[in-house]
Amino acid sequence: MQDLYQEIILDHYRRPQGRGLREPFDSQVHHVNPTCGDEIDLRVHLEDRDGLPYVADVSYAGQGCSISQASASVMFESLADKPLTEAFESLARFQEMIQSKGENPGDEDTMGDAVAFAGVAKYPARIKCALLPWLAWKDAVLRASDASSTDKDDQ
Amino acid sequence: MTATTALAPLDVSRIRLDFPILARTVRDARPLVYLDSAATSQKPVAVLDAERHFYVTSNAAVHRGAHQLAEEATEAYEGARAEIAGFVGARAEDVVFTRNATESLNLMAYAFSNATDKARMGSALPEGAERFILRAGDEILVTEMEHHANLIPWQEVCAKTGATLRWIGLTDEGRLDLKDLNLINERTRVVSFVHQSNILGTLNPVGPIVERARAVGALTILDACQSVPHMPFDVSTLGVDAVAWSGHKMLGPTGIGCLWAHADVLSAMPPFLSGGSMIETVTMEASTFAPPPARFEAGVPMVAQAVGLAEACRYLTHLGMDRIEAHEHDMTAYALNGLAQIPGVRVIGPTDTHDRGSAISFVVDGVHPHDVGQVLDDRGVAVRVGHHCAWPTCRRMQVPATTRLSPYLYNDHADIDACLNAVAEVRGIFGAT
Ligand SMILES: Cc1ncc(COP(=O)(O)O)c(C=O)c1O
Repeated sequence: MQDLYQEIILDHYRRPQGRGLREPFDSQVHHVNPTCGDEIDLRVHLEDRDGLPYVADVSYAGQGCSISQASASVMFESLADKPLTEAFESLARFQEMIQSKGENPGDEDTMGDAVAFAGVAKYPARIKCALLPWLAWKDAVLRASDASSTDKDDQ
Repeated sequence: MTATTALAPLDVSRIRLDFPILARTVRDARPLVYLDSAATSQKPVAVLDAERHFYVTSNAAVHRGAHQLAEEATEAYEGARAEIAGFVGARAEDVVFTRNATESLNLMAYAFSNATDKARMGSALPEGAERFILRAGDEILVTEMEHHANLIPWQEVCAKTGATLRWIGLTDEGRLDLKDLNLINERTRVVSFVHQSNILGTLNPVGPIVERARAVGALTILDACQSVPHMPFDVSTLGVDAVAWSGHKMLGPTGIGCLWAHADVLSAMPPFLSGGSMIETVTMEASTFAPPPARFEAGVPMVAQAVGLAEACRYLTHLGMDRIEAHEHDMTAYALNGLAQIPGVRVIGPTDTHDRGSAISFVVDGVHPHDVGQVLDDRGVAVRVGHHCAWPTCRRMQVPATTRLSPYLYNDHADIDACLNAVAEVRGIFGAT
C-alpha cells in the first residue's frame, strides 16, 4: 500500500496545487468516475505565444479520493503554462505508465512528481481515479480547439 | 428483535469450513476478512458440488429432446424451482428464473411498457393486461433509497409511456419518510420499493405501504435482494404482488435470479424476451405464448445455476433462517457499537438495530471512502466503497460515497474487530484532523 500512497501523493492531496476554478477560460468540462462518484470540473485556457499554442492555465474543482485529488494537483503542475504539444506528451507518458500494469516505472526527469503514481498501476480499481483529471484536461483542450476552429470558420 | 434468545447460535468456525475461499490470504499473506456479502456472498462447497454433479451426470437442454438425459435435466430444473419456491413460501409455477434481480425488475417494468406499446397498436394482449397499460398522468412510485436496479427501469418506463415517476423521501436517519405515503393516490399504478436497503441497511415497513397501494389498486413490487438471504421470508404473508431477488447474494451461483408474482399478475403480463421455449404455437405471421413461468423464460435456461441455488436454499434452511437473522443482528449491534467508538466515524443510515439489517455504511471525516477501502484492503478486509448503485441515496444523505461492511453467516466478531481496527487507523494514515 506504501507503493500507492507515496508521501508525494499525500502531500499533493493535503496541499493541492492550482485548485479552484479561474477566469479566463476557453472551455469547461465536468467528468465523473461513475463507479465511485469522483467528480471534477475543469477549465482550460489556451493562448497563442509567438505562434506556439500554450496551455496558459488549467483550473479545477471537485471531490474525490486522495488519488484523484492528488492527480489533479500533479496534472496542474505538469500541464499548466506549458506548450500544448509538450502537455500532450506529458499526458501520453502518464497514461502509458499508469496503464502498464507496473511494467513502466516512469521517468522522474521528464515526469516530475507524476512518477509517484507508478504504484497506482498495480491497483486496477484506482487507475480510473488517477486518470480522471488528465482525461478531463484532454477533453477540455479538444473542446477548446474545436470551439476556436469553429470561430475561425465563422470569420 | 424478540424471542431470538432461545435460538442456538451459529457455529461459525464450522460453517467457515464449508467456504474454502475464506481460508485464503490476500495482499501479502493477510488472512481474508470478507465483509462484502451485500455485493455477493461466497458459495459453500455443497453448492459448487451440486452444480458439478448436474454437469457430470445429467447435463442436457431442458424441456426439449426425448432422451433420458433431457428428462433428468428437466427434472433437476423443475425440482430446483420447487425447492427455491418453497424457500420463500411460494408455489413453483409462480417463480420465474431470470439472470439476476436486475433482470427480474426489468421483466416487471417491461410488462408495463410492452403492454402499453401493444395496446397503442391494437395488438393482442393476455387477459387482464389492462392493469399494465399506462397513460400520461399515471404515476409510478419508488423510494429515494432504491438500488439503481429498481429506479432506472422505472425511469425508462416513464420515458416510454408518459407516466410520472414519484418517490418517497428519506429522513436524515435514513428511513422512509412515511408522510410521503400521501403520494399514493388514485393515479398511482405501481409502487416498487426496496425491502432492505443495500446502502443504509434500513428495513422498510411493507405492511403500511402495501395497504395504501392496495386501496388505490396499484401493483406492488418488492426488491428483496437484501432480505431473502438474511431473514425468514414468506411471499404469502407480505401482501405484495411481486418480489425480485438474486441467487448470488444467498450462497447461490451467479447468473440466476428470481421473480415471484401472484399467478393472476404473471398471467396478465405480456412476454419480456421472446424466442424459443416461451411459445405455445408459432406461424410465420404470429405466435401465441406459453403460460407462466415458461412465458418469461425464453431460450435454454440456466439449469446448473438453478440446481446450485436450490442447494443453497437447502443449506440455508438447514442452518435456519431465524438463526441466521439472529446472528446477523448480533453482528450488526457489535459493529455499530464499535464504529461509534472510533473518533471521526459516522454511520450513514440507522445507528441502532431496530428494523435494520447488517449492511452498514459509514464515512470517515476527512478521508474519502475509496481511501478508507484501500487501507482496509491492505489489512485483508474486503468491503465495498462507492455509491453502491444508489447514487440518489448518497445525494440525499449528503455524502459523495460511503464505505460499507456487510457480514453474513460465515462472519464473526473477529472479522468485525479486524475491520474496526483498520478503520481506526485510517485517519492517522491520511493525516486527517
Ligand atoms: C437492494 C438491491 N437491489 C438490486 C440489486 C441488483 O442485484 P443484481 O446485481 O444481482 O441484479 C442489488 C445488488 O446489489 C441490491 O442490493
